Amino acid sequence: MEEIRFHGRGGQGAVIGSEVLAHAFFIENKYVQAFPAFGVERRGAPVTAFCRIDEKQINLRNQIYEPDHVVVLDPTLLETIGVTQGLKKNGAVVINSKREPAYYRDLLGDDYRLYVVDAASVAVEHRLGSPSNPIVNTAIVGAFSKATGLVKIESVEQAIEEYVPIKKENNKKAAHAAYERMVEG
Amino acid sequence: MKQVIKGNFAVAQGVRLCRVGVISAYPITPQTTIVEELSEICARGELDAKFIKVESEHSAMAAMVGSSTAGVRSFTATSSQGLLLMHEVLHWAAGARLPIVLSNVNRAVGPGWNIWADQTDSVSQRDTGWVQIYCESNQEVLDSVIMSYKLAEKILLPVMLTYDAFFLSHTSEIVDIPDIEDVDEFLPPYRPEFRLDVDNPRTFGGMIGPDCYYEERYVMHKDSLKVLEHYSDVCSEFHDKFGREYDIAEEYRTDDAELIIVTAGTITSVTRIVVDKLREQGKSVGMMKLRMFRPVPVERWLKVLGTVPKVVVVDRNISAGLGGVFANEVQAVLYNSETRPVIYPVVVGLGGRDVTPDDVEGIINYALENDKPKDVPLFWGLKQ
Repeated sequence: MEEIRFHGRGGQGAVIGSEVLAHAFFIENKYVQAFPAFGVERRGAPVTAFCRIDEKQINLRNQIYEPDHVVVLDPTLLETIGVTQGLKKNGAVVINSKREPAYYRDLLGDDYRLYVVDAASVAVEHRLGSPSNPIVNTAIVGAFSKATGLVKIESVEQAIEEYVPIKKENNKKAAHAAYERMVEG
Repeated sequence: MKQVIKGNFAVAQGVRLCRVGVISAYPITPQTTIVEELSEICARGELDAKFIKVESEHSAMAAMVGSSTAGVRSFTATSSQGLLLMHEVLHWAAGARLPIVLSNVNRAVGPGWNIWADQTDSVSQRDTGWVQIYCESNQEVLDSVIMSYKLAEKILLPVMLTYDAFFLSHTSEIVDIPDIEDVDEFLPPYRPEFRLDVDNPRTFGGMIGPDCYYEERYVMHKDSLKVLEHYSDVCSEFHDKFGREYDIAEEYRTDDAELIIVTAGTITSVTRIVVDKLREQGKSVGMMKLRMFRPVPVERWLKVLGTVPKVVVVDRNISAGLGGVFANEVQAVLYNSETRPVIYPVVVGLGGRDVTPDDVEGIINYALENDKPKDVPLFWGLKQ
């Protein structure tokens, strides 16, 4: 089983992001589960969402406390909440940020694999959200595909086609662009 | 067709497949997306239902009483305070023998204000005469909508199907959505013998005095017990048609068990993992999933639990001044068993507190290590 935890802020699309990723794995015939940390969501407040994938029926129902990988939609969260809490050694941390990966290597230490993509710029280029409030979820799921190699980018694009209600083409292109632009740190 | 959908969408799909004729509901978290999805399904023309907007849950259930009395398949959904507001009309719907289906997303009762999983809302409706079914997966939720109409219309009693807030209502997982043609074959149109009809006037819900009210309630009780036998017919017919089976009280690895843990809702799924782990360690433990809670499958519970040395009952609900309601009912049933098991009542996870495999393992080990329960009930995971 792989367990993935999403950290974002209300309005960035972390919950939908976790659902798109689950859908992409489903397209590859995996068992999947996606759910939000059950809170009263407010725009701008920290949001957590979860995704589980397995080769067999998933019976775990509780929240994910020791994820294999972490996806961070808002870089400011890295300095305010413990996004790597419980993260397994050598797990991937996929961050949306304009900064260089070296900055996060210093911040997070050497225990994890580190990937950075400027998903906010990708989103704005593809007219997803506004410059002050870009919707980065589909872009960062594209970057997750590249970072972990667990799911094909084609499956992510198909999941967007089938699952995302609006701006399907823009979201697919954003996922692909983030897949191409992601850098390893 | 398999899709990745949330529990609330699974309910909405079930309602569509059953060709429900009247929907009335008032939104309340975490039920809201059922109502949203159903109104969209109606707006898209995928379901030819009358969608009645109301100002409260009391009115929603009253609308159900009206539409069902008129002979139309009727559906509503709610949670927590909403279900409690329906309480008066719940009694009426059951007494009037109306085959309404209600999905209740189990949510804690306030105050303090809490939107998370807790079964106190539905267990506190146990005396209304409604059939109650508890689900552990989104597939089971969808399938239970279809089975519930079949059962309700056979026996003329309303069915409340319940599932945990967020752990299912807002969790996406794979659900096999049946073809509507297959559902049509399984569930024929609802054609009641008696219904409101201006061309053939009748009196419904008229006054009955002490000379026959008692017998009327006796008949309702006996018919409620008949649900148990009808359920097994519905279950096997559903299995033949769709290949999935939902036992009235599923036994999981109970062979030669020294201890059986009784669970309802999503804690059941987590418990499966723990039972597998403990069996690997050579511990003789099994699980009984509490699916139907009203009517109580007394014979079945006795058969599964009656000869086991230890029974743990897990309640995500509380009746203040007594403890967990499921434990109380299991105790009542087992009191007359030949070798009365030692019962360990455990209250856990109230108000949506996460229940992990470690919690369930800890609960089982506590019962294995103690000849008698140390606390009745044990409040597991309580902060000191």
